[in-house]
This record gives sequence, structure tokens and C-alpha cells, in this order.
Amino acid sequence: MSTRLAQGGRLIDRNTQLKFQFNDKWLRGFAGDTLASALLANDQVLVGRSFKYHRPRGIVASGVEEPNALLGLGKGAAFEPNQRATTTALSDGAYATSQNHWPSLHVDIGAVNSALSRFFPAGFYYKTFIHPRPFWKHVFEPVIRHAAGLGAAPKARDPDTYEHTYAFCDVLVVGGGVAGLRAAQAAAARGQRVLVLEQTPHWGGRSPVDGGHIDGAPVEDWIAATVAALEAAGNVVMRRNCMAAGIYDHGYVIAQEHMSGDGPRQRLWRIRAGHVITATGAIERPLSFAGNDVPGVMLASAVRDYVVNYAVSPGDRTVLVTNNDDAYRTALALKQAGLTVPLIVDARSEPTGPIVHQARQMGLSIRAGTGIAKVLGRQRVTGVALCTQAGEGTVTDEIPCDCVAMSGGWSPVVHLWSHTGGKLQWDAEGAFFFPDPARPPLGADGAVSVSVVGAANGDLRLAGVLDVLEEGPLEPVWMMPAGASGDKRSKMFLDYQNDVKVADVQLAAREGYESVEHTKRYTTLGMATDQGKLSNINGLAILSDALGQPIPQTGTTTFRPPYAPIRMGVIAGEARGAIFQPLRRTPIHARHQEAGAHWEPVGQWRRPYCFPRPGESHRDAVNREIRATRSSVGMLDASTLGKIIVKGPDAASFMDLMYTNMMSSLKPGRCRYGLMCSENGFLIDDGVVARLDETTFLAHTTTGGADHIHGHMEEWLQTEWWDMQVYTANVTEQFAQLAVVGPKARQVLEKLGGMDLSAEALPFMACANGTLGGIPARVFRISFSGELSFEIAVPASQGLAFWDLVAEAGAEFSITPYGTEALHVMRAEKGFIMIGDETDGTVIPQDLGLHWAILKKKEDFLGKRAQARTYMADPDRWQLVGLETVDGSVLPDGAYAVAAGKNANGQRNVQGRVTSTYYSPTLDRGIAMGLVRHGPDRMGEVLGFNTVDGNTVQAKIVSPVFYDPEGEKQNV
Amino acid sequence: MSDPTISMRVSVTPAGPQGMVTLRGDLTNLASAIGAVTGHDMPDTRRVSGGLGGGVAWMSPDELLLFCPHARADHVVDELSAELADMHHLAVNVSDARTVFTIEGPDARDLLAKLSPVDLAPSAFAPGELRRTRLSQVAAAFWMAGPETFHLIAFRSVDMYVADLLQTAAEGAVLGLHTPGR
Repeated sequence: MSTRLAQGGRLIDRNTQLKFQFNDKWLRGFAGDTLASALLANDQVLVGRSFKYHRPRGIVASGVEEPNALLGLGKGAAFEPNQRATTTALSDGAYATSQNHWPSLHVDIGAVNSALSRFFPAGFYYKTFIHPRPFWKHVFEPVIRHAAGLGAAPKARDPDTYEHTYAFCDVLVVGGGVAGLRAAQAAAARGQRVLVLEQTPHWGGRSPVDGGHIDGAPVEDWIAATVAALEAAGNVVMRRNCMAAGIYDHGYVIAQEHMSGDGPRQRLWRIRAGHVITATGAIERPLSFAGNDVPGVMLASAVRDYVVNYAVSPGDRTVLVTNNDDAYRTALALKQAGLTVPLIVDARSEPTGPIVHQARQMGLSIRAGTGIAKVLGRQRVTGVALCTQAGEGTVTDEIPCDCVAMSGGWSPVVHLWSHTGGKLQWDAEGAFFFPDPARPPLGADGAVSVSVVGAANGDLRLAGVLDVLEEGPLEPVWMMPAGASGDKRSKMFLDYQNDVKVADVQLAAREGYESVEHTKRYTTLGMATDQGKLSNINGLAILSDALGQPIPQTGTTTFRPPYAPIRMGVIAGEARGAIFQPLRRTPIHARHQEAGAHWEPVGQWRRPYCFPRPGESHRDAVNREIRATRSSVGMLDASTLGKIIVKGPDAASFMDLMYTNMMSSLKPGRCRYGLMCSENGFLIDDGVVARLDETTFLAHTTTGGADHIHGHMEEWLQTEWWDMQVYTANVTEQFAQLAVVGPKARQVLEKLGGMDLSAEALPFMACANGTLGGIPARVFRISFSGELSFEIAVPASQGLAFWDLVAEAGAEFSITPYGTEALHVMRAEKGFIMIGDETDGTVIPQDLGLHWAILKKKEDFLGKRAQARTYMADPDRWQLVGLETVDGSVLPDGAYAVAAGKNANGQRNVQGRVTSTYYSPTLDRGIAMGLVRHGPDRMGEVLGFNTVDGNTVQAKIVSPVFYDPEGEKQNV
Repeated sequence: MSDPTISMRVSVTPAGPQGMVTLRGDLTNLASAIGAVTGHDMPDTRRVSGGLGGGVAWMSPDELLLFCPHARADHVVDELSAELADMHHLAVNVSDARTVFTIEGPDARDLLAKLSPVDLAPSAFAPGELRRTRLSQVAAAFWMAGPETFHLIAFRSVDMYVADLLQTAAEGAVLGLHTPGR
């Protein structure tokens, strides 16, 4: 059984006992335990079921590479799936559950998949479920998705909070082991700004477990002294529990810090490093023998980690199986802890290194040239059957044991080196890929941007630094025994997390999969949350063997960020709840809120859609607002409209280029409606331009256009027309802008006093500066509703006061605030287009009957040349018309006008579509605008428009101006 | 006051109405007008002379932001227009288009480091230095008015977002990046 030893454990505090639950059973551990070490201390070796075959699985590793011990943590809203027990610090009251089992961990119905595993070969799903096609979506996929999969997705809102931080340094050291600390020491001594990140809670990496000396001091003492010196240095920042997840171009590095306490749970570090040094160490490889996934089979290094760090014995009797000397350290550690190592099974024919010698001297029994034929036991190791490594697996004898410690050698962690293009080379002696110094990642300046030190660089024993025993040579072992039968190969697991076996990769190779990338997708080798940290090299060695080519020729799959999964929540950071997105508020927002506005998001603005009275529907509120405005007076908060000042000696010429119509002929104090096109000729924005003086224009843009039209102007000024003497400024937020609209509008404003607003002093399309009610104001006589209308801009800080003044003055006329929907309906009644409704990026002004606003005699304007293309001049382009349903109903938005016949895809042909559609309370019927082929030539024709239920609605083509076609009402 | 060992030692307060005037022009020819109107020197690139209530900030190679009392902003525009009558320029009152916050305390650098991609180490960012940058999802500019004091400018429409954002970050965890020893 696995249990807690009476003594030792360098990382645990035996004085602080913690209680936790696993599958609703209460267990005990110590402060300093990981969840994995605490489970093992309680003899909980079985921790989950495998993905595909639901085989019993136990803890294999002691770090981030763990493929099996993925647990659900917490419950309810705090539930988190797929948390690695080996990297989760034990906390008091922790609640953990195993995953992927049904109905229970010990009795699992899905395990029948395992018995039938020969019927689940590589690519099984691809092969089996292709036909009949509809069955995949409706039958196979739901069943498979229910049966397979790792942890369940959390359903509740994440109760944790997160934050980000930006950090800058000259040198970023990833990994706080001996190699990383030495690199940090050197950089700090050079006076550079250094940031050191260590993913675990402890400095020093693996070295304290294996011992040795640095500069004559025991390694643990050296680590403590070095960390203390670095922390005291003013130019070094040290962070534990902080994993560098990815390296990107320009020295950009993402790291995830796990935090304790009541505040944010995790922090995302967004780092700009002058240079990155990866000191990410190495990961031990499993060996491929039959039953290498039975709970109790563990990595040799993990076994000694648990013994030395946590005083946890994974088993009373541990058989060590290895192809290298390093693993002997596990046998020595177990022996020193008073545990039994009945046999060291060494696949090499003649192991001779000093560590082997030491093991012999300590009385350990070694059998060379031997392999494991198979592991005995199902839910737990009960023993191993041995065979000759060189043979086919004939069992020579059986050794009872409850733990198997395996080692197939080590693989440097080259992930981060590879993220920005660092290449690898093959070390035949150690049988691993390591960074090729001749082909490093390069920065924008062509200099080496990432370098690598220590075990991550293939220097597994930190030669020249760490004073430890020499090691004899390793012998690569990719399959045990070398001539294993098919029966055995189908029980040798390469990828524990995805249940990929030696036989699967060999089958893929036989079926023609030569690329390691294709084999990965086909067999799922190296997929999912661990991305093949244990399986990668073993898998591609098997593939290489099956293809009869050397391993370097097969190569590795691509290493992509993140190194280990990071939470979605930490990526979002603080952006949730009220600050999920910036919410832009006009200066009058508070008053709208008090008035019970129903809000509409317009970009990041919130604008009142309508102002419903108690008990009133939104629809009724909109109709009331329109009737009140058309019959008396309404008021609108138009502050969100874009306002851009364009000034300079060349401002008029510039405006002529930006707009399709002529702006240079506009007189100071006058306004003109203008259209803006992209250089491709498409309509991108519209609005009223006012000329403030000879050299100054004020361009109004749509609400959504303010920022990008300003950027559009600046781009042309800065990149193409840099010789023009023009400056622009976006003053959108400087002003609150109110529209006072309706037959009584002038009377309301005249009550405020301060300016002559008569038709003579301020005719239609004029503007004037002055004060209204004592507030500085610029008044525009413009109309988007067809009514007598004034738009008044006042300084934003006085916007609310001005709104209140107008409301008070208008009370006797029952002045009615109206929202965006009433605005939209009133403009549609007048046939005015709306950017984003009538336009969608493919529409040109000519499609909308706006030829009058395109001044052909102008030498040039943005879009002119594009509009001369034959396609733009095609008479078959759909053009704007009004649409009136025969039955008075409201057409569905976006409905198509159907035409005879079908297209090549068997769909009905169409000849037009609805762009805006509303109920008009003014006309008491549905009105719409749409684009129709040859539309303006087909007045009076009735078209059928499709509806969602498959029927059609009949609508007549009419003029788009439904209300006051003569324009008499706005011009009074 | 909350426990300084577990929360950030920083306060965030609105600076109230401030006068601000955007001036665009050829910066090499503006020094005398700037001196005449504000009494301050032309700031170097990414620097600020003076501060709120009276000062000049460099905003881009052809743009300055002038500070004055809120009520004086229109006068400053008029004075600039008179000084620069013969020179192509654009001067406009943007006081009401902006909101200003004061961030103060030993952890002020750390607070901004959580939200802005700016190197805030004392060696890289000292009083007098100014950055146009972003604060999480919105545009912002800030400078140091003293060893533990920042002024931050953002657009007026997002004042609530900025206030909530700074508050949330301040209530988060101690960062200890630019205040070692925490």
C-alpha cells in the first residue's frame, strides 16, 4: 500500500494537519502536501478512469506532466474540472472528485470499452461513423460525447476574480531551479533588470531531491543562499507559483501566477523581456511495457519525489525498471527510507556506472538485460512478470510488488524554446531532442531572443555545476521487450490521457500516416490537456521504427502555447461585470436613467431606445414619442454624434476629397449633408457638415463612425496628403447635443432667450453661435425627422443643465423626450438612409438614389475612381425604393424579394431585400425601404417577400419618402 | 483604511473640472506662444511641463495639451489664436471631453502597472514623464506629479468605467513589482 512515512518530508509541515475530501471520503494530509502526495499518503492510488477505455488510472508523475490525476475541484459555482493533483497545493477542506467514471471510480461500466479495445483501433471514429451521414450528428456524436471526455464543463458563473499585470525586464529567466538561479545570478551581476519565474511553490527544482554539492556547499544550502541574495538585490524580481505559458514575438511572454488569500485567484503576467532564458528542466519518460498504465506504475523520479519531498511511500515493495543510471537514485532513496526494492530490472545488458556499483554495494539486486513482460493486477499493481528484453516476452518469473518505478530516460522541456521558432537536434546518446544552438529563436533585430540553460539544454546533470556521481550510458528502449507480440503491444500505453498504445501508432504507420503531425491527429497521440508531455518522444520513436527511419527524420509535433492549460478567467482578467466592457455615457445619461429609459447599446454607448411610462410597452412608447414630436415637440439626446473639427488653409480642399459632394462652396455659417466613401467607392459614413469660418469645418459623423472616421481623415492626412495644411480634432465628447424637434420647437427655444432663431435669422441648413438660457450654444437648423428642428451643441459640462432648461421650457407644449427607435422611424418615414441599415459595406451612394450628392465635376474625391468601374455602374445593381405591404403589415427585417426559378444551389432566386422596416404611427401602416433590382423603374409593381415560416408577403414598390414629400414641414 | 499588508496602498480620486486645450501645430515654432500663454517651457517628447491648472504636455509630434483652470480654457484658446494668428494651427477647448483622476500612494506605480502596458519602474518612468497609452480597454494618458502621485486623463464618457476599473485593480492583490519589500 502507499502510505505516509514516519519521518522525513522536506516540503511538509507535520504540525499543520489538513482535512480534505476525495469522492466524499474524508482524508488527512499536511500543509505543504500536493493533492497527489496527500492522496498517496492515504493509499488512494486509483484516481481516475481513462478517456477512451475507462481503464483504472493512478498517479504517474509528481509535476506538471501528470496525465492521469486530473480531478474536479470544489463544487457548485467553485467547481473546476481537469485540475492536476500533482500541481495543486492541498488546502484545508478541499473537495476533490475523480472524473470520467460511471457509476463509480471502482466499478465503471465504460470499462467494457477496454475489453473490446481491439475493436477501437486508431482512427476508429473516422472509420466507423462516416455513414450514414446524418447518424453522426444525431446518434453517434451525442453518445460518444456522453461516454468520452475528461472533466465536465462548469455550469455556474466563476466565483473567482482575476487580474493582469504588465512587466518589463532586460532578462526573463523561466524556471527557478539551479540552472535558472545561476542564470539570474549572472544577469543580476551584470546590473540587468531580471525577472525570475518558477511554476512550483519551491525554488531549486529537482536538485534538492537528488542532492549533490555546488561550490562545496550542499545544494539545498546553495539554493537558499542564492535565493536570499537575489531577493535582496534591487534589480531582481522573483515569483513562485508563476508559470510562463508562452513566448511570442518581440520578447512578449505570458505567465500565469497562482495566488493565495482572499483576493484575485490568479494573475496574468504580460511581460516584455529584452531576452528570455529558459531553464525549464527535463521530464522523465515512461517505458512501454504491457500494463504500464496499471495504478502503481509511476515514473522513477516521481517515486523518489514523493519519498523525499513528502515522506510518502508509493508502495512497500517497489520494482525499479530502467534503461539508465539516473533511475537507480530512486532505488537508493527507497532503500534509505527503509522500503523494500525486491529487484532492479535493467534493460541494458551490462550496466556498469558508479551509481549501479553503489546500488550493488547497498545490497540491491539487479537483473540486467531484462524487461517487464507484463504488469500483474488490474486496479492496482500486484507484481510484475519478467522476460528477456531482447526476446518476445516469454515470462521467466514473477515478482510480487505494489509499485513499479520506471524510467526510459529524460526529455528536455523544449516547449518555450520552440514557441518562437527555436529548432531542435537529436542527442543519440541520451535519446532526446534538445535545442539546436545554431538555429535559435531570433528577435526583430536578428539577435538571439531566447537562450536555454541546464537540463532544458540537454545538460541533464548540470555538468560542471552540480557535484554528483557520474552516470553510465543509457540504452534507448522504445518497447519492452524488444520483440513484443501484438497482444502485448496493445497493452503498452504511450499516451495515458488519450489511451493511445504502441499498437495504435504502428497501425497508423501501416495505414500510410508518415507525418508525425498527421499521426497525432489520427491517433490522438499527444493531444488534450497534457499535449504529450510524457508520450511525445516515445510515440514518435515507435512511429520512426514502424516507418524504418531515424527519429530525427520523423521530428516532433509543433510546440504551441500555452505550456500547460491556463484559465479562461485569467485571460479575461478584471473584465467582468460592470467593467466587462467600457460603457460610454452621454452627459445626460443620469436624467435618462431617472426617466426609466429602455437602453439600446450603440457601439459602446448606451442610448435610450424609448422612454416607456409605467405599464406602457416599448412599442406603445415609441408610437407615443413619434406622435408627440410630429404634433407638438420632442427632444432627443444626440450627444453621441461624432464631431470632428477640420481646420487649416487647405481644409476646404481636404473636405472636397473626403466627401463625395462639394464642401468648398459651402458658406461660413451654413450646413450641408455629405456622404463619405471608402477608396473602394462604398458608402462608409454620412452627416451634416457645418462651415464655421473660412478655414474651419465641423464634420458630424454617425455615432459609430466618430472614432474611425477621425482615424480615416488622419490616415489620409498623414500618409497620402501630408503636404496639405490641415489639422483635425475629434471633439465629440466636448459637447452635449440636443435635438429639439417638432412644430413647436422654435417656440420652446425662444422661451430660453439669447438668440434670434427666426426663419429669417436662422434659415434651414444654417448654424449660429450664441447663448441660450445663459448657456453657450451652437445651434444648427437641420432635420433628420422632416419636422422643424434645431440641434443645439453646448459644453458637455452644461449638457444636463441645458436638457433640464429645455424640458422646463417645453412643459407647456408637453415636450416629449424620444429615443433612438422614434428617431429611426421618423427618418424612415422621410426616406432618409441610415448607415448600417441601408448600407452594409457593399452599397454605393448611387444604389441609394443619392446621385445628387456626388459631384462628378469634382476632379477627385475618395471613391470616385472606384465608382467608375463597370460593376459599380451596372444598371442591374439593386437600388433603393420604398415598400408598402398590400395588407398594411410590417415586413420582416432582412426579408428577400423572391424571383422566378432557382439558383445553382437549388435556392430561390431573389431580386431585392428589405433594409429598414417599421410600423409608422404617422401613417398607421408598415413602411419599409429596400434595395430592388431596377427598383426605381418599377414603381407600383408588387413583389413577394419571404417570411421565416416559408410564406411570402406582398409589397408594392413606392417612393421611399412616405411623409411630407415636399419638405414643407422642416422649412418653416 | 484597509490592512496595508493585503491591500494596495493607493487612493483614486476624481480631480474635478480641469481646463484643457488641444493645440496642434509645428512644435518647433510654438515655444514662444506657449511661453506667452502658459508661462511654461515647451516639453520634450513624452514629457510634461507644469501640471494641472497650468502646464503643457507633449501628446504627439504635432500636438500639445495645455492645462489651465476650467473657466479659463476658452480664453486660452483665444490667446493662442491671437499669438498664432499668422501660423497654421488648431487650438480647441477639450476640457469637457476629458475626465481626470489623481492616483496617489506608495503603490500607485503598481496600480497602473496592472492596467497599462507601460514600464513604470522608477528608472524608466519618473516625475515629468508622460505616456499616452491605454488603461485596460480605453485610451488614457498619465504623468507623475510627484514621487507617489499620478494624474490620469481619459475620455469623459467612460469616467465611470475608469473609476470602476481603478477601484477594482486597487482592491485586487498587492503586486509588489515597483515597491519591493512588500
